Amino acid sequence: MTPAVRVERLGKAYRIGGPPERYRSLRDAVAQAARAPFERIGSVLRGRSSVVSDRTFLALDDVSFEVQPGEVVGIIGRNGAGKSTLLKILSRITEPTSGYADLFGRVGSLLEVGTGFHPELTGRENIFLNGAILGMPRREIARKFDEIVAFSEIEPFIDTMVKHYSSGMYMRLAFAVAAHLEPEILLIDEVLAVGDLAFQKKCLGKMEDVSRLGRTVLFVSHNMSAVTRLCSRAVLLDQGKVAAAGPTPAVVAEYVFKGHGTRAERQWPDTSRAPAADGIRLLAVRAHDAAGVVQESFDIRQPIAITVEYDVARPGLRFTPCFDVINDAGVVLFLSQERPDWQEIVRAEGRHAATCWLPGNFLAEGTFSVDVAFWGVTTPPRGVIEENGAISIAVHDPLEGGSVRGRSTNAYPGVLRPMLKWEEASA
Amino acid sequence: MPEQTIVPAPIALPAPAAAAPPVHVPRVQRSRGWVSLKLADLWEYRELVYFLTWRDVKVRYKQTVLGACWAILQPLLTMLVFSLFFGKLAKMPSDGVPYPLFAFAALVPWTFFANGLTQSSNSLVGSANLITKVYFPRLVVPVATVLSSALDFLLAFAVLLGMMAYYRMAPAATIVWLPLFVILAFLAALGAGLWLSAMNVQFRDVRYTVPFLTQFWLFATPIAYPISLLDAPWKQTVFAINPMVGVVEGFRWAALGTTGAPVAVGVVSFASASIVAVSGALYFRRMERTFADIV
Repeated sequence: MTPAVRVERLGKAYRIGGPPERYRSLRDAVAQAARAPFERIGSVLRGRSSVVSDRTFLALDDVSFEVQPGEVVGIIGRNGAGKSTLLKILSRITEPTSGYADLFGRVGSLLEVGTGFHPELTGRENIFLNGAILGMPRREIARKFDEIVAFSEIEPFIDTMVKHYSSGMYMRLAFAVAAHLEPEILLIDEVLAVGDLAFQKKCLGKMEDVSRLGRTVLFVSHNMSAVTRLCSRAVLLDQGKVAAAGPTPAVVAEYVFKGHGTRAERQWPDTSRAPAADGIRLLAVRAHDAAGVVQESFDIRQPIAITVEYDVARPGLRFTPCFDVINDAGVVLFLSQERPDWQEIVRAEGRHAATCWLPGNFLAEGTFSVDVAFWGVTTPPRGVIEENGAISIAVHDPLEGGSVRGRSTNAYPGVLRPMLKWEEASA
Repeated sequence: MPEQTIVPAPIALPAPAAAAPPVHVPRVQRSRGWVSLKLADLWEYRELVYFLTWRDVKVRYKQTVLGACWAILQPLLTMLVFSLFFGKLAKMPSDGVPYPLFAFAALVPWTFFANGLTQSSNSLVGSANLITKVYFPRLVVPVATVLSSALDFLLAFAVLLGMMAYYRMAPAATIVWLPLFVILAFLAALGAGLWLSAMNVQFRDVRYTVPFLTQFWLFATPIAYPISLLDAPWKQTVFAINPMVGVVEGFRWAALGTTGAPVAVGVVSFASASIVAVSGALYFRRMERTFADIV
């Protein structure tokens, strides 16, 4: 059977460092052109092959995989792993530097919703413009127009200029157009992370419909629960290479367990470069389990320990270590400090390790970053050390029961997912 | 009792993907060296050309008080300045027609050319959000931009007809040739626009160069003065390497019926405009592969 997508040893190199590539001025180019032959001769005489230290960055390195028709495949990996580059190459936005890809069918790509929306045009006009940009024939847009408007839920404002829309309305309209694209191969980049929760649900539902219709979908996402739900297979990219490919649960597990996702420990072995102020020096921050083993990803049912190691160089200091936990959406979930009466505690000199326990069944699924700070007694209190994004951890639900979700595979709302006590009285 | 038959409700089955006409999807890989123009691609995306043109036209005069009047005011005001300084003060000869008409007949296509050139040279950079997010033949962008200035041209042209009526000058029969010179102006604007827009992606210097370029070009074109200032016909023919010479002379001849048919000038201008346009398109296609990475 012919695959729908065949990616063969695909590579993309970007030049980094050296003379800035962007906005190069004509003068530089002319000067360089005049200099180049001499430099080249010089380097040949000196026995070197090239003067330009080719500092290239491989955004994609020898990536191969196949997608069968009708398959929904998730592309996962941490930021900078090459997911978006891969999608850009497959959508022909940019060219690979090596290898090739064959796509068998009409390709539609959604790297962003609302591409080409013009604020000065009305919703109606933008539907046509955006549709045309996404490659929909005019007749098709006209045919689906009512459906698109109904899906977007902004009917009364369809003849209002888009610049007067709220961002939610804008996103609804944009997604509505995108959702009615009917290519044989659909490439999607994290566009579901828009709008309010109800709308996100609707979009995920639409995605599920799309996959049921037998279309081939490549879906880039950070949202592991969405990937698990929608995709039968997944490809894990790490530093531009395929780190794992296969059935989604196995690949997702590989991602969350093997540290492709996050870095749960941060140490400053060179103490001279550690964050320090007012006699306090941060030595290490780590997230670990009850046995003290550092973990990148925690089972949602398992307690999580956050340990902050620091050194006190001066006597008589009164301060507290504290940290924020921040979710994917940038929401600070809470701040925790060592004890409420820390202003009265005089800390001893020497090394300390403070550990805070987050109970199991408390954080929601997702990735979280931890900002560590030290607060000292000053008026007003201020952070003497602030280390933002010191570590990050992931929380996943293995769907084995014992969590709030239990074995349900639905999307669960909420920034936290505490297991709360319920009482029932029946009459 | 008749047997009741249960008719199953028809189930709307989605058309299988395979039923769609097979699409030719070329292999995604690195292109090397000079590549073909792929004008067929451009044709395939003609609806996008239409929509982008339509968008530009719709948006151009939004939130302006005078609106589309600007399309007329630009050449009109320039004509007034020229008439005052060149016509009245410098007593510039004008091929036997009233100087304002003489100047305006040239300024109408010139404004089309200059606006098309300026806007298309900024078009790619201005569409960076599209270029980095969606695939389409990039040629669509400058083509649509030049086309969108064509509407302004039509408005200004209507004013030219009005002026001719004012000066009691009936359009000559030669006016049927006019579209030819509109095409020539389009070709010239597009050709220069292709070069400049592709260069602008990498060298933002272009943005600062274009205003000077159009200013010099304005005076290197017989708009304020008649081409007959160049006495020898061969000089005029050489002058026509500037495609706008052919456009302006062609316009005056076709609309006002001033001089004889500028055959040599027209042919030379067409040839040079074609060279600029084809080479511009080739350069554009060559640079196209890096647009999304560096824009």
